[in-house]
Amino acid sequence: MSDAPSALHPIPRGPVPEAPPAHSVRRIDVRIDGQTVSVPEGATILHAAREAGIDTPTLCYLESLAPVNVCRVCVVELEGSRALVPACSRKVEPGMIIHTDSERVRLSRRMVLEFLASSVDVSTAPEFQGYLQRYAAHPERFGASAATVAQAPKIDNELYIRDYSKCILCYKCVEACGVEAQNTFAIAVAGRGFSARIATEYEVPLPGSACVYCGNCIAVCPTGALMFKAEYDLRRDGAWDEARQNRTDTVCPYCGVGCNLTIHEQDGKIVHVSSPLDHSVTRGNLCIKGRFGWQFVEIQPAPDGQKSKKK
Amino acid sequence: MDLHLSSAEPTVEEKAAVDAELGPPESGWQGGVRRIEQEGRVAVGGREARSRRHLLLPVLHAVQARAGWISPGALNYVCLRLDVPPAEAHGVASFYGMFALDRRPPVVAHVCDDIGCMLRGAEAVCDELQTKLGPANAACQGGQAVWQRSPCLGLCERAPAVLITGAGENPGERVLAPATADAVQASIGDAVAGRWPAESDVFSPRLSVPQAGGATLRVLRRIGEAGPPALDHYLRLGGYQALRRSLDLGPEGVLREVMESRLVGRGGAAFPVGKKWEAVSLQSDRAGARYVVCNADESEPGTFKDRIVMEGDPFAILEGMTIAALAVGAQQGYIYIRGEYPLATRRLRQAIQSARAAGWLGGNILDRGLSFDIQVRRGAGAYICGEETALFNSIEGYRGEPRNKPPFPTQAGLFGRPTVVNNVETIVNIPEIILGGGAAYAQIGSLNSTGTRLFCLSGHVVRPGVYEAPFGLTLGEMIDLAGGVAGNGRLQAVLLGGAAGAFVSPSELHMLLTFEGARSIGATLGSGVIMLFDDSVDLKQILLRIAAFFRDESCGQCVPCRVGTVRQEEALHRLAHARPLQSFADEVKTLREMGQAMRDASICGLGQTASSAIESALHRWSLFA
Repeated sequence: MSDAPSALHPIPRGPVPEAPPAHSVRRIDVRIDGQTVSVPEGATILHAAREAGIDTPTLCYLESLAPVNVCRVCVVELEGSRALVPACSRKVEPGMIIHTDSERVRLSRRMVLEFLASSVDVSTAPEFQGYLQRYAAHPERFGASAATVAQAPKIDNELYIRDYSKCILCYKCVEACGVEAQNTFAIAVAGRGFSARIATEYEVPLPGSACVYCGNCIAVCPTGALMFKAEYDLRRDGAWDEARQNRTDTVCPYCGVGCNLTIHEQDGKIVHVSSPLDHSVTRGNLCIKGRFGWQFVEIQPAPDGQKSKKK
Repeated sequence: MDLHLSSAEPTVEEKAAVDAELGPPESGWQGGVRRIEQEGRVAVGGREARSRRHLLLPVLHAVQARAGWISPGALNYVCLRLDVPPAEAHGVASFYGMFALDRRPPVVAHVCDDIGCMLRGAEAVCDELQTKLGPANAACQGGQAVWQRSPCLGLCERAPAVLITGAGENPGERVLAPATADAVQASIGDAVAGRWPAESDVFSPRLSVPQAGGATLRVLRRIGEAGPPALDHYLRLGGYQALRRSLDLGPEGVLREVMESRLVGRGGAAFPVGKKWEAVSLQSDRAGARYVVCNADESEPGTFKDRIVMEGDPFAILEGMTIAALAVGAQQGYIYIRGEYPLATRRLRQAIQSARAAGWLGGNILDRGLSFDIQVRRGAGAYICGEETALFNSIEGYRGEPRNKPPFPTQAGLFGRPTVVNNVETIVNIPEIILGGGAAYAQIGSLNSTGTRLFCLSGHVVRPGVYEAPFGLTLGEMIDLAGGVAGNGRLQAVLLGGAAGAFVSPSELHMLLTFEGARSIGATLGSGVIMLFDDSVDLKQILLRIAAFFRDESCGQCVPCRVGTVRQEEALHRLAHARPLQSFADEVKTLREMGQAMRDASICGLGQTASSAIESALHRWSLFA
C-alpha cells in the first residue's frame, strides 16, 4: 500500500475542527392552560402549546413554510388582547397567559370549521374531518342553499389535477410555488372576498402558465384539492384504497442531489410520490422528475428478454 | 427573474401608456430594443426592476385609463417592465374594483346605492337608468358605456351620487351629486364623445360645510373658497407658521407638544398620536428610511370629511405631514387616497407641486436642513386598503391584504420600515396643536377626548355636511346644529361611526359625542358618521345593504371574514324574507355566534366590525319576529 495521495487516500488535513459552541438562546416562560412552559425566544405559541402537550388544530400552517395565519383555526385566547391571536404565528413574550380551550376559543374554532365545511368539499381531508368531530361542528346549520365554491375540477395536464371545490384557500400552494420553495410563481391568489381563488394569470391552463410541474403544491395541499392524476383517476373509479398501498422510502435516481422519495404503490403501480417534510435535503420538495418521472419502473421487460420498445 | 409570459402582445396605445408612467424601456430585457452587443450575455433588469414593484398600481391605473381594461398583452408588458410574475400581477389587478380584466366599455357610470344614497333616492335613479340605458352591468350606448352599482362614493352630503369614469385617448372623471338619471345619461353621452368638464366635480363649501366661515371653526377655518386652493392664500391665513415653529422646537419639542395635546387618531381606532410618533422616533436603527403615510382612503360608508379637507385645505395636510416627518426623522411621505376621489386627488397633486416649487417640500426646507417630499398614490376601489397594513401592501404593489400584527407599523410598516400612519383629519390637527401649544389643545373637548372632531351628517337631516365641534356635544345637539331631522321628521335610528359602527335609537340622543360617551352605550364614533333614518325607512333593507357591503369588501384572506360575511348576509336575507331555517330565534342566535367569531378571530378591523352595526340593531329593535 502506497502512502502517495490518491482519491481513496486524500492528503491528511489535520484534526477536524470542532463546531463552535451553540449560540445560547434565551428561554421564555409562558403560562398555557395553567401550565408553565419554557420555550426558546422566537418560538410561537403553537410551539409552546406543543411543548405543553396541547394538541392545537392547524390548517394553513406547515413546519416548512412561513406561517400566513389565514385559516384562524389555531386561535387562542391571550390575556390582555382584545381579539384572539393565531398560535401559529404569534411569538411568545415573557409573562403571556394563554387559554387554548376557553369558551371563546372553542366557539371561534367551531365557526371557522363550519364556515369552511359549509362552503368547501372537505371529503378528502381526513384531518379536517377529525377537527369537525372534536369541535362538534355542524356545517349543515347554514342550510342547503349556503353559497359554496363548488366547480368542476381543472384537468388540463397528465400529471395533476386542481379541484378548487376542495380549496380552503390556505395559501400553502402559493407559498410553495413562490418564495418558500420553487420560485416559479405560476399561481397566485386572485379576486377578492368569497371570490378569492388560486389562479394562474387570466386562469390560463397550466401548460400555458409558468408551472414547471414540480408538484410541490400537491405536497403541501391539506385537502386534496391538488392531486396526482393517478390518484384522482383511481378515486373516481372507486379503486383508491390506502389499506392496499405500500410506502417505500428510496433515493431519487435522476441526479446527484440525493432527494429522498417515498413511493406509494398500489397493486403494483406507483400512485403517488412524496418526500419527507423533515428531510434535510428536500424539506418535502421535489422536481418534476422525482415527483412524476417514474413510469420507467413500470415498464416490464419483453418476455423474450429483449429490450422493450416504446409503443 | 425568469418570467414566463404568454404570447399576448400589448397594443401600441397600451405600451405608450405604460411607458408614459415608467419612462421608455432601458433594455431588450424590459421590452425595448435589444442591444445585442451589451445584452447578449447579461441579464438587465432583475433586482433593479423588482425594486420598482411599488409602481405596479400606478401603471395598472395608466393601462386602465388608456384601454378601459387590463388586457393579457398589457399585463405582459407591465410584468416585463417591472419584473413581476404575471400570476402575481393578475392577482393584484383582480383585487381592485376599478380594474377590469375582461374587455369592458370604456365609459363606466358608478352609481352609488349605499345606505346614504338609498335614503336620498338612489333606487329611483337606478330604476330610471334601467329604463333609459338597460340593465346594470350590460353595455349600452352602442357598447361604449356601462352603468353599475357602487359602494359608498363619499359624497353623502350631496346624495344620490354618481361617478363617471372614461378611458381612452382623452380619459376623464366626472362626479354628479346630486345626480339624476337624465344628467347621468347626458354625461355618459359627453364622456363617450370625450367631452369632460374642466373640473371633475364642483367643490361647494356652502353645500358641503354648512358652518363655513364660522368663527368657532379650527380645522375647517380655512375652507371657504370654491376654487382650487392657492399656496399664497394658505400663507396669508397663517399657513406654514406651525412648521416654522416646529423647526424652532426641534423633534423632541414637537413630540412633547403632540403628547401634551393628548390627540388621538381620527380614523376610527382612536390610538394616541404622540405614542405612535414616539414609537417611530425611538426605533433604534437611525440610519434607515422611515415613512410618514397619510391615510386618505376614506371609504367607510357615510364618511366624507377627509375629502372635504383635501379639496378645501390640502396644504394643511402637507404641513401636518412635514411636521410629523420632522418629529420622527422621515424623509419620504405618501398620501394614499381612494380611487373614487378625482377632485381631491387633483387638488392634492396641485398643492404638492406648488409647495415643492416654493421650497416647502423637497431638500433643505427653509434652509433648516429638513428634507421631506410627498407622493400621492391612488387606490383602485378597495375599502380594505384603508386598513393601515393593507394600505402598505397596496402601495408596495401587492394585494391589499392586511398583515398580522405585531409587528406594528411603528416597528415594520411601509417597505418594512418604521412608519407613522395617520388619517387626514388627524394630520390637519397637528398644525393647530403646534401653533396653540399642546396643553391649550388639551383644554378643548372633554377629559379623554381632546380637541375638535369632524362629523359627517347625512341621511334624513335638514342640512347634511361636515360639521366641526369640540368633543362633548350630545348627539341631539349635533343633530340640532344640522337643522334637525328631515324626511318625515320622525327619527327612527341614527347610525354612528359608519357601517363598522353602531345604530343608536332616538332614546339615546343625550349620549355625549366623546370616545368614552360612545363606549358607554356600546357604540363608537368611528370615522365620525352620523346618519339619520326617519321612521319610513325599512331598517331591514339598510342592514341587508351593510351586510352586502362587507361581503363585497372582504379581502378574502381569513376564513371568519371571507365566509362569515357571506353567511351573515344569507341569514339576514332569510330573516328579512321571513323564511328562517328553523326559527327566528335560532337564526338570530346563529348571527350572534357568527358575529362573535368574526370579532374574535378575524385578522383585521374589517372582519372584526363586520357584524357590529347589524348586532347593534338586533340588540335595540326586534326587527325580525
